[in-house]
Amino acid sequence: MNILTFEELVNECNTRNKLIHEVIQDIEASDNDINVDEVRQKVKIHIETMKSTIKIGMTSSEKAISNWCGDDCEKLQVRYSHHRALFGKLFEKIITYSLATIEENLRMGKVVACPTAGSCGIVPAVIIAVSEDYNYDEDTQINALITAGAIGAIISNKVQLAGAVAGCQAECGVAAAMCAGALTQMLGGDISQILNAVALAMKNLLGLTCDPVCGLVEVPCVKRNPILAIHAVTSSELALAGIESKIPLDEVIDAVRQTGQLMSPMLKESSLAGLATTKTALELKEKIFG
Amino acid sequence: MKQKGLFDVISPIMIGPSSSHTAGAIRLGLMARAIYNNSINCVEFTLYNSFAQTGKGHGTDKGLLAGILGHRVDDVKTKNIFSIADIEYVFNYKEDLSRHPNSVDIKINNEMMISGDSIGAGEIKITSINGFSVNLAGQYHTILLMYKDKPGMISQVSKIIQDKSINIASFHCDRDGKGGTASMYFALDAEPVDSIINDIKRIDDVYFVTKVRKLD
Repeated sequence: MNILTFEELVNECNTRNKLIHEVIQDIEASDNDINVDEVRQKVKIHIETMKSTIKIGMTSSEKAISNWCGDDCEKLQVRYSHHRALFGKLFEKIITYSLATIEENLRMGKVVACPTAGSCGIVPAVIIAVSEDYNYDEDTQINALITAGAIGAIISNKVQLAGAVAGCQAECGVAAAMCAGALTQMLGGDISQILNAVALAMKNLLGLTCDPVCGLVEVPCVKRNPILAIHAVTSSELALAGIESKIPLDEVIDAVRQTGQLMSPMLKESSLAGLATTKTALELKEKIFG
Repeated sequence: MKQKGLFDVISPIMIGPSSSHTAGAIRLGLMARAIYNNSINCVEFTLYNSFAQTGKGHGTDKGLLAGILGHRVDDVKTKNIFSIADIEYVFNYKEDLSRHPNSVDIKINNEMMISGDSIGAGEIKITSINGFSVNLAGQYHTILLMYKDKPGMISQVSKIIQDKSINIASFHCDRDGKGGTASMYFALDAEPVDSIINDIKRIDDVYFVTKVRKLD
């Protein structure tokens, strides 16, 4: 995919008079010597895997190998069996699907890394929950996931999508940005609104640290997924109203990169500071690893 | 650097919980299996640094073993691999700060030692085979050989590849000393047919040759 910036993406869409997912699926097909249908078929398999992960995750309360996390999705569903969430059923669905996915990840279930395993519960939760409630067909979901992937791929030209390189802003942060763009497209936003949603989501997660307790993809990663899924929805709602990021998206991504470089390595997946070295975290580490 | 595509971001479909510590571990095992390319009876894994410290919580040990046994990154059997593995295996845990944070040595049947790193987002790098430095990421079909260091070897091997009209994406060679043992590998744009491997085998003083399929 030879599109390095969002400005180039906009130009490409305008030149070809096509939408983001149409441009990207054309490029993906030609880069890999396959046809567009084959690209879409592959994306479809990813969507189906995401759905099956949610289904399995919602019926399990098995703990992780660390015997620590894994039963939060069950707690959430128990609450919603007799309480409505403040923002209604779709809100319930999004955070439930998100927890179901990320909890399947920690118990060694099958997930789609999106963009990483520790952030796998953000994009699918929103695309699938919204599609169910708005009766969006499979093609719409495939279009949304292609757009999400395109956003992640363009960001990764400047920022390596790894907590060890740029902190959690590059994992759950980028997942939320991908999700905000994909949702905005599904809800009928134009390319400018899509890119503004991405910018708004990303801008508000600058400097997010990666300080996993005991080095595991559990605390704070698990709960960060549902929380940032809703963050993505908020960003999308703002953008759909025509609210713009005053800083253009490409410049926001430059800021993500610079922030990642300036962050101490102690806060980038090394578990040498932050939550990972709190008293409770160190006690848990002693208990799990001895 | 290779430009990222759609499926570098939305992927892999994998067993959790960590792309580097689980999917990367499985792919290191798969690469070692492909390089050894023979039946495996016993394996000794030595995990370093972060792999050693947090590997258990991430199923790194299970992933390495699953990969050696040929299970792909999305195979749910990985979770219970200890109860289904039918080979001998042992895990050692070490700290060596000169090594990559997520690094492993894989000794197969006490005759081949393969080292590799999990470099993030499920991507891996095989860094040495029996002490020879290599750089195999599984992104290309690769031909790998060990031979006696002497003039003309590179041209003989590349001619065999060229005769089948396969494009060479990259090439590297190394040796332990002049006239000693040398290693060579070619990253190719297409999968080499078996006759290429057989033809290379017939060259005098080639000790070992194998093809390593690119990882899915």
